[in-house]
Amino acid sequence: MNGIHDMGGRHGMGPIPYEKNEPVFHEPWEGRVYALNRAMRAHGKWTLDVDRHALELLPPEGYLRLSYYERWLRRLEIQMSQYGIATPEELEAGKAAPGASKVAPALTMAGAARFGVRSIPSPIDPAVRPLFKVGQAVRAKNLHPTGHTRLPLYAARSAA
Amino acid sequence: MADRQRDVQKPDLGRRDFLKTVTTGAAGAVAGAAPLSAQTQPSRDHQVLPSDPALRTKALESLLVEKGYVDTATLDALIDTYEHKIGPHNGAKVVAKAWRDPAFKKRLLEDAPKAIAELGLTSGMGDHTVVVENTPKLHNLIVCTLCSCYPFSLIGLPPVWYKSAAYRSRAVIDPRGVLREFGTTIGDDVEVRVWDSTAEIRYLVLPERPAGTEGLSEEELASLVTRDSMVGVTKAGDSARAGRA
Repeated sequence: MNGIHDMGGRHGMGPIPYEKNEPVFHEPWEGRVYALNRAMRAHGKWTLDVDRHALELLPPEGYLRLSYYERWLRRLEIQMSQYGIATPEELEAGKAAPGASKVAPALTMAGAARFGVRSIPSPIDPAVRPLFKVGQAVRAKNLHPTGHTRLPLYAARSAA
Repeated sequence: MADRQRDVQKPDLGRRDFLKTVTTGAAGAVAGAAPLSAQTQPSRDHQVLPSDPALRTKALESLLVEKGYVDTATLDALIDTYEHKIGPHNGAKVVAKAWRDPAFKKRLLEDAPKAIAELGLTSGMGDHTVVVENTPKLHNLIVCTLCSCYPFSLIGLPPVWYKSAAYRSRAVIDPRGVLREFGTTIGDDVEVRVWDSTAEIRYLVLPERPAGTEGLSEEELASLVTRDSMVGVTKAGDSARAGRA
């Protein structure tokens, strides 16, 4: 999809916000959100591409206004009900409903590390013969499916 | 401040509206712009963020711990890894080794994940990390126009500027302007190549070795290699950029 996330080539986004000696996380909750996202992806219910597409589906004005980790938080909240992990009522209460089922065993660090690495890239199938050689001239089709695509808008009408 | 007070006085309104969209899933997120507006965020500035995301995060974490999906120690360990263990010093080791060892450099440029593994490091992203070399005639610059993909296992999590609309939009149409903004001057006779990262392929720039560093050890060389030079927005050993990462 060619939503607001597809930023390459847009004008008017202003100067680049550089912060000297920037911390990894600006607030403790940002680290928690990052870790929660990584740990939940490690359960294998969705892939990295699904995660990316979920960010792309955020309303454009929210996408622009929210900070990076606010977008990640929002995405994870949406995924909770999308994947049947928690109900909105449970999210609101921060507590499981009485009698709600539990996952066992809980995800360990070793499991997270193993799955975290393995699940990130989709395989590039070496059995598929590439259509083009390195350096060969190509023209990108002006094609925008509604799902996640790696063809950015700035390249969609160009030859290179 | 007015926005913040409004949040405090009517915390349930924004939250309930927001939760209604959650029930409709991603489709709701597309159609329902209003609930996002209802979660008032007066500014994108980290310094003045209202506590709302912190509270929501806490609720989410408690719930997922209770349901057994995550455990607190695992989350702590993940955070510690990215705050203290994985960072630009990993990538700097790779670059310094490549500067001193031509055979290693050749292997690195041909098959980065394999060469990186020789140093006991992981390229993290499976097998698809690619190292691109700067030369006197070629300058490489890395961006992720669609999101924030980045060789994070080698240089840590991406900084805010890398994920910003400004950098993502401009790097592909005005890379020389972007470089100037970082105080980096590239001659007109030098080709600038921009690499747009994908979820699979993460690029790392092998910066040029600074002049006058012939006698330095690998550790001394590594100290000249900054995160920004491995993204390609600055050069290695650029002391003019003191304070920059």
